[in-house]
Amino acid sequence: MLYVDHAATSPMRPEVWEAMAPFAGEKFGNASGLHGIARQAKNALEEAREEAAALLGAAPMEIVFTSGGTESDNLAVKGAALVGGRRGGVVTTAIEHEAVLESAEFLSRFGCPVQWVQPSAGGVVSVDDVLAAVSSDTTVVSVMSANNETGIRQPVAELAGRMDGPLLHTDAVQAFASDDLHVGDLGVDLLSLAAHKFGGPKGVGLLYVRSGTNLEPVQHGGGQELGRRSGTHNAMGAVGMATAMRSAASQRANFCEQVRAERDSFESKVVKAGGVATGADVARLPQHAHVRLPDTTNETVLIRLDTAGVAAAAGSACQSGAVSVSHVLAAMGWDAEMAGGALRFTFGWTTEPGDGARAADALLAAWGKTP
Amino acid sequence: MRVLVAMSGGVDSSVAAAQMVEQGHDVVGVTLKLWEGPNGEAPTAGCCTVSDSEDARRVAAQLDIPYYVLNYTSAFGQGVIDKFVDDYLRGWTPNPCVECNRSVKFDKLLDQAAEFDCDVLVTGHYARVRRANGRYRLLRGLDPSKDQSYVLYMLGQQQLSRVQFPVGEQTKAETRAIAEELGLRTAFKADSQDICFVGKGDYRDFVDGHTDAATAPGDMVDTEGNKVAEHAGVVGFTVGQRRGLGVTFGEPRYVVKVEPSTSTVVLGKKEDLETADCVLREVTWTDQPHEGPASFQYRAHGDPAPCSVAEQSDGSWLVTFIEPQLAIAPGQSGVLYNDDEVLGGGTITRGT
Repeated sequence: MLYVDHAATSPMRPEVWEAMAPFAGEKFGNASGLHGIARQAKNALEEAREEAAALLGAAPMEIVFTSGGTESDNLAVKGAALVGGRRGGVVTTAIEHEAVLESAEFLSRFGCPVQWVQPSAGGVVSVDDVLAAVSSDTTVVSVMSANNETGIRQPVAELAGRMDGPLLHTDAVQAFASDDLHVGDLGVDLLSLAAHKFGGPKGVGLLYVRSGTNLEPVQHGGGQELGRRSGTHNAMGAVGMATAMRSAASQRANFCEQVRAERDSFESKVVKAGGVATGADVARLPQHAHVRLPDTTNETVLIRLDTAGVAAAAGSACQSGAVSVSHVLAAMGWDAEMAGGALRFTFGWTTEPGDGARAADALLAAWGKTP
Repeated sequence: MRVLVAMSGGVDSSVAAAQMVEQGHDVVGVTLKLWEGPNGEAPTAGCCTVSDSEDARRVAAQLDIPYYVLNYTSAFGQGVIDKFVDDYLRGWTPNPCVECNRSVKFDKLLDQAAEFDCDVLVTGHYARVRRANGRYRLLRGLDPSKDQSYVLYMLGQQQLSRVQFPVGEQTKAETRAIAEELGLRTAFKADSQDICFVGKGDYRDFVDGHTDAATAPGDMVDTEGNKVAEHAGVVGFTVGQRRGLGVTFGEPRYVVKVEPSTSTVVLGKKEDLETADCVLREVTWTDQPHEGPASFQYRAHGDPAPCSVAEQSDGSWLVTFIEPQLAIAPGQSGVLYNDDEVLGGGTITRGT
């Protein structure tokens, strides 16, 4: 089996599960309790929060643990727009993850003014276009750090430097594996991460909330996470996430070098055979390859790859698993036929030397070309 | 042999897949996502619901075969739903299952099966394929009460050489017994009844929701042209219809004609539905064209009527009945049989 779908999820790192295991066993306590068992969980939770904060250049109290990227995005966008009982304006882009897009749609249905900024044909959102969409109504601007389908980076830091007024949120779910995300350097107020994209467990994520930022909670209950996210603390998940962040951060330099080498060798073979690489001329994540094969359909190619033991993706799928037309590619001006030839190969922490070439050979075979 | 099984999430295609696995084939299961709501959501009623594809997925997992959901919404929308709406708007009685078989399952999916290196496409239809002397014959399913050969009449030699219908070789009761024995979760699932994309809803609502063409109110007239009532729109009226006319008479009245151009529905007595012949167009044959005596079926589970067929100078085929037939609606499929064998068929363009 060759796994080249790390942007969907990565396998859990062994040290992560090792760190988590005690919390599925003897350290099972509810971190909100008073007794010794509870204190163990609480201590672990707060250590995890400190570690996650340090790795992002944030303060511990600025970290809100959530159930993952989707919840973090929901809390950021809805929480910022609705604060103080207002129906604040939202500016976002047409290429965001559904968690942001659908949160904006939701707010729009309830009367919040929402603007969707289109990217260029090259897949990059322009800072000028975002700034032009911002008005006095705007309470939050949400622009992803790098796109989950194409891997193309978006100019978040530049936007932060040029924007005054609204809160700035970035969905950095795809970026953390390769990027040393320092919230101070980025200049964002809100930043979403999901642990499972870099070797942590599924079902846990975090939202960085700059100190002093007012957020309306979207999940109500016992007031955990400083009232920002109710629900029993997931100490086990938080420990796993912090451990995965530490591992990813400490290996990041090598990781980037290695996945870039595999990505480049993959892409050069595919391009030589007639494929087209998306975003080759703009800044993008080193672990992402997004290619278009003319005169073929990604559905057929992916099934042939699966038969050959290669796990790749089209980048967009509906709930049933059927390949659907990507909103990201549509926003970049691709028609249905072009989008139907799009494939995403993403490398990760388990990628080994030669995987890029192997993936390319398998793709060419599935495409009916001789490697 | 590597086979592609089209799995709907029902018991028939589940058992078809299980039987192919049992026979030792390399089996791949697929469910076609045929249609979706306006915002891309999966339907919750009718077929193609998430729960149907989940049933198929779970059966495939139990059989330990790879399983995929293929996106056929665009092919189905153009080939089946658009035609369904157009047919109703011109006063015809559409047969979307036939169109789906013609333009989706045994066309695009059959091509895709080859792309997946599958030699054969398997479905859960109740029909049988026989090979003799290098030619293929399409026969009624073994179980007369479940026979689906009517909706498969468009299969030619090219398609018949690449399809298999394992459950057509047994009765429905046997199919259910096999499913039960294997512990398949679909063993006791009810058969689908309605048109998959309309569900239990109203055809008129569906058609109205899929067209800008106004469904204008108009008159109901008797066979002499005298106005007897009014109606809200011709869509939904079909030749032979007796119920739901919105008006009652001393004796039963039937729709004998639907004229969308004047928004007129003609009502008549039972004998007004009788016809001595009908015309078929877009006729295809399972093997060689056939002229002369045959039997004719114009409903999925109708009794076959003895007839004689002959090609006309304009390329259409005239079907002349030995005994007059009732309520033959344009748009319906007319299928020609020789005993249990499907000879071919076409779309009825002139009936009652």
